[in-house]
Amino acid sequence: MNSLKKIGIVFGLLAVLVSCQDNSKPNYQYMPNMYEPVGYETYEEVDFLPNGQEAMLPPANTVPRGWMPYGIENTPEGKELARLNLSPLDSLQRDANLVKGAELYNIYCAICHGPKGKGQGTLVKNEKILGVPSYDDVARNVTVGTSFHTIQYGLNSMGSYASQMNTEEAWQVSEYVMQLKQDLTK
Amino acid sequence: MKKVTYRNQISKVLGISLVVFLLSSISLFAQDEVAAVEAAATEDTSGGDAAKGKALFNQNCAACHAMDRKMTGPALRNVEARLAEDEGLDREWLYAWIKNSPGMIKSGDSYAVKTYAEYNQAAMTAFPTLSNGDIDNILAYTAAPPPTPAVATAVAGDVASSNASGGISNEIILGALVLIFGLLVMMLFLVNKTLRRIAEANGVAVVKEDAEKRTPIWKAFAKNQFLVLCTVIFLLLGSAYFAYGWMMQVGVDQGYAPIQPIHYSHKIHAGTNKIECKYCHSSARKSKHSGIPSLNVCMNCHKSIYEYTGTEGEAPSQEDLANGYTNEFYTGEIKKLYAAVGWDEENQKYTGDTTPVEWVRIHNLPDFAYFNHSQHVEVGQIECQTCHGPVEEMEIMYQYSPLTMGWCINCHRETNVKVEGNEYYAKIHEELSKKYGVETLTAAQMGGLECGKCHY
Repeated sequence: MNSLKKIGIVFGLLAVLVSCQDNSKPNYQYMPNMYEPVGYETYEEVDFLPNGQEAMLPPANTVPRGWMPYGIENTPEGKELARLNLSPLDSLQRDANLVKGAELYNIYCAICHGPKGKGQGTLVKNEKILGVPSYDDVARNVTVGTSFHTIQYGLNSMGSYASQMNTEEAWQVSEYVMQLKQDLTK
Repeated sequence: MKKVTYRNQISKVLGISLVVFLLSSISLFAQDEVAAVEAAATEDTSGGDAAKGKALFNQNCAACHAMDRKMTGPALRNVEARLAEDEGLDREWLYAWIKNSPGMIKSGDSYAVKTYAEYNQAAMTAFPTLSNGDIDNILAYTAAPPPTPAVATAVAGDVASSNASGGISNEIILGALVLIFGLLVMMLFLVNKTLRRIAEANGVAVVKEDAEKRTPIWKAFAKNQFLVLCTVIFLLLGSAYFAYGWMMQVGVDQGYAPIQPIHYSHKIHAGTNKIECKYCHSSARKSKHSGIPSLNVCMNCHKSIYEYTGTEGEAPSQEDLANGYTNEFYTGEIKKLYAAVGWDEENQKYTGDTTPVEWVRIHNLPDFAYFNHSQHVEVGQIECQTCHGPVEEMEIMYQYSPLTMGWCINCHRETNVKVEGNEYYAKIHEELSKKYGVETLTAAQMGGLECGKCHY
């Protein structure tokens, strides 16, 4: 009986130790000052910035690396202006650009517009987002310029994808969209 | 006593079965109601087919219009009746507007110009391809009464009934088992007692074994020095083993699952709806960080998705309900996003009044180790799940891998670098494969074990 009690105590202690493990808190560290950075880390909270937030929009009149200023305004007139725009990408590299464009299209666009551009992506099939048009819609008359314009600014319920793709990538996707449109109208 | 409990049990079972029966019958009636409503909807007087209208509406209109709330364009429930009443506009006007709205604005139609100005000059796409019959169908759909409440009660009834029956049957089984066990123990005692009494009555003395003369076991153990030595060594080794194990897990955050300010379910986004990891974590493609998506990325979809409705035609699972993950709970989390990003749902506008969401970082390498996402994701073409585990099944995100150096090194030793079709590797592959005499190179053979690659 005595030994039973002792075993019980040992197991009880173990149980208490195990129950101390809390997954909502990080573990102990040996030398925290070797783990924690001296410089500022991405997304860190700092006291000298508004809201204490490090992640901020670039200052006015600056362009992030990999970007080109897009001179057309986000208005219906601007969209008509963009309709005539041609892709500035090297046409000799068209195949490589289409491969890259397809990869990006499947990440960012296919979830709503569908892998074939028919407007039947997973979110549409699950009835989460509705009314996604097909690229061969006659009234919309999608061109490579309007496609880029829409990626840049968004349209109606579609948001802007400018924060997820840089200028070159947006043109690559636009070229791939035109490829899809061509396949659809065939 | 036995009988009484048993009777209670029976009355309970009867009561429960009555409840279950009633609930299921309610849901049956509710389904009838739904059918009736739907039938009424299809037989709308305006001469259109609401079912066809729904398909057309979802395909063409739903991007900008909802039935009961403003989106990019106005809410459309009973649009025809409202227009006729408020503005005196008839169906002909609607035909003209839907087929060529920009033309009508240009021609200076007063209501057309007014609506255009009211909705931030968002031009409605012209639909010249829709026939008058199509538009009739769509209008019939907008005029149909909303069927949702009836469906909701039916689903709730089903859930409640299945819930009740599932929970109670388990309880009954457990209760019965406990009862049987208790009875057995009692019987054992009673039999023992009676036997003793019989023995006493017959004059048989029950001899108690006396253990007093034996040496207690611990004294015997202490006297045997060899045994003591062995035990001590065993205990020391054992505790050293556990102490080592404990010390090795210090600083390792495997399984770390903090509570986030917004309950974001990877299971719903990446699992059910199959959204690519890189859709939200787009900087994983080209930067050291995988990136916490800024809220505009959430709003790409959540501008349209303002409530959680679960999977089409499926009630929330028992497990989710037990955790409190109801549809209302998830909808509440979407509202938290709206509050943080400053989205005014009523007017479909950003107020500019934003608050940062203080996400809690889970995966964090110590400062002395360098890791680059783009190197692994874009060049190495490694699946996110290799390191982050089955994220598409995680309701609450947790750290799947230990992120220790041994774990990194192990993967570098086992993983082959994809050199095919990558000109950058052409020369180094040629030379190294000659040196090692192999055709495929692991990351380790490419220098993936050198200290300076990660520590500098």
